[in-house]
Amino acid sequence: MFRQTLFRHLSRPLPRLLSTQPSAAFAPAVPTSRFAGVPKGPEDAILGVTVAFNADPNPNKINLGVGAYRDDVGLPFVLSPVREAERRIVHAQHHMEYLPVAGSRTFVDKAIRLAYGEHNHHVKTGQVASIQTLSGTGACRMAGVLIQRFLPALDGGPRDESPLVLLPNPSWANHAAIFRDSGCAVGQYKYYDPATKNLDFEGCVSSLEDAPDGSVVLLHACAHNPTGVDPTPEQWAKLSAVLKEKRHQPLFDMAYQGFTSGDMEVDAASVRRFVDDGHRIVLAQSFSKNFGLYGQRVGCLSVLTDSQEEALAIDSQLKIIARPMYSNPPIAGVRIVEEVLSDPELERQWRAEMKGMAERIISMRTMLKGYLEELGSAQNWDHITNQNGMFCFSGISKEQVAKLRDEHSVYLTENGRISMAGVTSQNVGYLADAVHKVTK
Amino acid sequence: MSSIFSSVPTAPPDAILGLTAQFRADPDPRKVNLGVGAFRTSSNKPYVLPVVRRVEQQLADDPSATHEYLPQDGLQSFCDASARLILGADSPALADGRVTTVQALSGTGALRVGFAFVANFISSSTSVYVPKQTWSNHRNVIPAAGLPRALEYRYLDPRTGAVDIAALVEDLDKAPAGSIILLHGCAHNPTGADPTQPQWLQILDVVKRRKLVPFFDNAYQGFASGSLETDAWSVRTFVAAGLDMLVAQSYAKNMGMYGERVGALSVVASSAGAEDAVRSQLKATIRAMYSSPPKHGAMVAAAILGDEKLFAEWEGELVKMSARIMDMRVKLKAALEKNATPGNWDRITSQIGMFSYTGLTSQQVTFMREKYHVYMTANGRISMAGLTDDTVQYVADAMKDAVESVVKQD
Repeated sequence: MFRQTLFRHLSRPLPRLLSTQPSAAFAPAVPTSRFAGVPKGPEDAILGVTVAFNADPNPNKINLGVGAYRDDVGLPFVLSPVREAERRIVHAQHHMEYLPVAGSRTFVDKAIRLAYGEHNHHVKTGQVASIQTLSGTGACRMAGVLIQRFLPALDGGPRDESPLVLLPNPSWANHAAIFRDSGCAVGQYKYYDPATKNLDFEGCVSSLEDAPDGSVVLLHACAHNPTGVDPTPEQWAKLSAVLKEKRHQPLFDMAYQGFTSGDMEVDAASVRRFVDDGHRIVLAQSFSKNFGLYGQRVGCLSVLTDSQEEALAIDSQLKIIARPMYSNPPIAGVRIVEEVLSDPELERQWRAEMKGMAERIISMRTMLKGYLEELGSAQNWDHITNQNGMFCFSGISKEQVAKLRDEHSVYLTENGRISMAGVTSQNVGYLADAVHKVTK
Repeated sequence: MSSIFSSVPTAPPDAILGLTAQFRADPDPRKVNLGVGAFRTSSNKPYVLPVVRRVEQQLADDPSATHEYLPQDGLQSFCDASARLILGADSPALADGRVTTVQALSGTGALRVGFAFVANFISSSTSVYVPKQTWSNHRNVIPAAGLPRALEYRYLDPRTGAVDIAALVEDLDKAPAGSIILLHGCAHNPTGADPTQPQWLQILDVVKRRKLVPFFDNAYQGFASGSLETDAWSVRTFVAAGLDMLVAQSYAKNMGMYGERVGALSVVASSAGAEDAVRSQLKATIRAMYSSPPKHGAMVAAAILGDEKLFAEWEGELVKMSARIMDMRVKLKAALEKNATPGNWDRITSQIGMFSYTGLTSQQVTFMREKYHVYMTANGRISMAGLTDDTVQYVADAMKDAVESVVKQD
């Protein structure tokens, strides 16, 4: 019980309006709106970076806060099979009827095959519940509500109305809000070690062992956001064993499958390891980055089950969650994915261009580290190439981040997170120089 | 290891969606689907507006078009145009800067975000009143958003098929101050019975008197009467009274963009100054639900709303769609009178929008489905969009048989 309290205190209640009445010291002559007392929410840190960047007239400015892929001249990138798919879709003159509440069956089937592999037993036998979602966020939200409503107590006792979801420290900023708004309690497990700029594996394992049995543990399948630090295959194996022993529920958030190494199978290795080890995982998938479909909100939630009946029961409950949220999911994005994956040539192009994106990011990491070493930096920059995916936790301090902004027009969030998508072969030299200057 | 969800119970199936499944499975060639909530052409086909297709082609041909994330509150040009559409470009609320508009996942999403906002930032014990006859999902959205289960106000007079204004006002007169009152802007779903303009003024009166907060659900602006202005009259009248209110919009029917999930939520404050705070909290609610809304449908809607020619073309489409609905109403009523079906069928043409409350009992509805393979929801609601010239008489004859053979129950 004590340990639950320890973890529970990290969960922040939603801000509540205290009073709609103006204070006695200030009594306006006209009646005030009921909305007048709504408190202003905290500023979005990343948005703040973009706003400041946009306002900066320096032609050498660099935006390292960008959360979407950019090509080597800093422009948004629409994959050519996606463009072709859009042309075909418009040409085909499809209707715009409502999708079912659970979304497109065709899309969901393809999504879970991409995640679990074509030969996965659960997929082949229908022992997986699944639903189309509003990208990864929507999938996490559906998972949160499913967990809040149905996560049973471990040993048959009364259910916890605010089941504990453990996030890695740090995690994507939005995770805590999603699970809190779902009605879950939110806690943390140790993850990133700022001293090594790497995984604090021992701390991670011991904090998971200290957590109450049967906690929900959120895992980033690959390309951890914001640190880029991923467990090795051996470490994943150990984590799988720990979760099994503690009867923790794995909840995977996979937002970068294919985008991390360039290979869909490689990037799903952690997920597949857990599945092979017998975990009945919950998986949130996003197609924002690997298909470049960000704003179309393409995602999928799946839950591995022990039977078809169970899968159907969970399917029915997922629909009950979806209907009062948005009735049925958007159609445009999933049509594009279906079109690409139903044509072998388009699928080949997709895999190749996705690999191209991953390889550009990796080459920027190599170049940035190389330039810093050439400049004679005394710091250790190994983490730039050890870390995976779009983000690099640079270890640059808050003060140094401010200097980068004020003296060099290089923009990144206070926590030192660099979006490698903002780095190009044109600006990497300037960036290395600026980083060297503020960190030497 | 077994799944933690192994004892999750199966949820009851959705009544309306179950009906569609049943219809699809029915092999009888005479079957007619009057449960469908989407427009159908006179050949009983789904309809994509030509103006929508044209804009989609433009977007697909535009090499500079991307799939970048929208902001949490959506496409700004869409939100601004959407607010002007429902409130009127000359709305005093817009002039005063008292309106905060965010893009939403069609009407459902607008309602959900609006109710969640009330639950989180006004009070989680706020009472919400819905009309006794209302879209079934309203009653799901409200508790899902964190508010107590909806209460009811009387709405339909079953004898006339019109609004029972005296009962309505009587019920609202008992609502505590600050309660949310859900109102259908036009084309009430499921009854098709809208208040007359004098009746709207009576509703406004009790809303003001009891300090209630209206939440308008607008799923049919332009689609009901064919006129965007006429169908917005109720909302604009309430806004002109200077109230705090919420306004949901859907473009599913009026732009035929059902599956694209295009909608908007506007929070209208009675005094200025709250917009930044309101927007920040709407965004926070959205961010924890789906981060940001889908782009495609909003781009199409923004293009149509923002271009004079496209807008005019869209207005023409609204006239055509509403005219087809009205044509089916006229023909069904005529067919019912022609075959001397017992009862007064004036309501078929006095009701408005896609749906009509026939007054058939659930037993009569079952009879029509089993004997004639005519499908409608158990409450006797028919979708006029499901009728064509070929099926009107068949349906009228089925209704006659139902009314005469099945003694009214329910």
